Amino acid sequence: MIRHTIGMAFIWVGILFDFLGVLGLLRLPDVYNRLQAATKCVTFGSAGLLFGVFILKGFSSFGFKALLGIAFIFLTSPIAAHAIARASHRSRIPLCPESVVDLYEADHELKEEGGHAAP
Amino acid sequence: MRVARWLAGALILGVLAYLNFFVFEAPLLIKLINVSLFSALFVLYRVIRGPSPADRIIAVDILGVLIIGVLALLGLFYDQGFFMDIALIWALLSFVASLAFAKVLEGRRLDD
Repeated sequence: MIRHTIGMAFIWVGILFDFLGVLGLLRLPDVYNRLQAATKCVTFGSAGLLFGVFILKGFSSFGFKALLGIAFIFLTSPIAAHAIARASHRSRIPLCPESVVDLYEADHELKEEGGHAAP
Repeated sequence: MRVARWLAGALILGVLAYLNFFVFEAPLLIKLINVSLFSALFVLYRVIRGPSPADRIIAVDILGVLIIGVLALLGLFYDQGFFMDIALIWALLSFVASLAFAKVLEGRRLDD
């Protein structure tokens, strides 16, 4: 009974985080802000939901597949987010007008001027 | 104008939540799956009307993650283990597709 309650609590939290991440994806003004909100939706949304499924099903094959899914999501999703962010910055997609600083662009210009050679 | 838009959005979300949780007669897991499917609908809006290509790539990536959650809940509802196999393979293919789209967006070739 207690196990069922804890598992359903994890599933509710996961659904809530998924919904809030999608709301951020819909509302935020910029590619990079949207990427930040969407990555939250991965880390605590679907992973929390899979962890709730693992708690509900116990140490069966279903539960271990859920744990494997959590490990896979945690390994691959930040890599995909990093690749998308770097590609969108290199293909000159502009930041939103309210943003104040772009340190990646400043670093890139510093390397272009030949201050120090890239390793 | 801004307040009116916020009120319209809150009204739409409230009506959807009320219809889902208090009018619709189904088990609880089906209602939770419905919430995830509403989220997928919003993501599809961002896929269709993204201002830039990177928005569409992010939206497709997040759609894959949402579908993993929906498949886990479906497996819990029907008490079948093979839904998690589908979810694992979907995660793998979504990851590879995101990396390939990012490379194409950056302007490089796929075998670079």
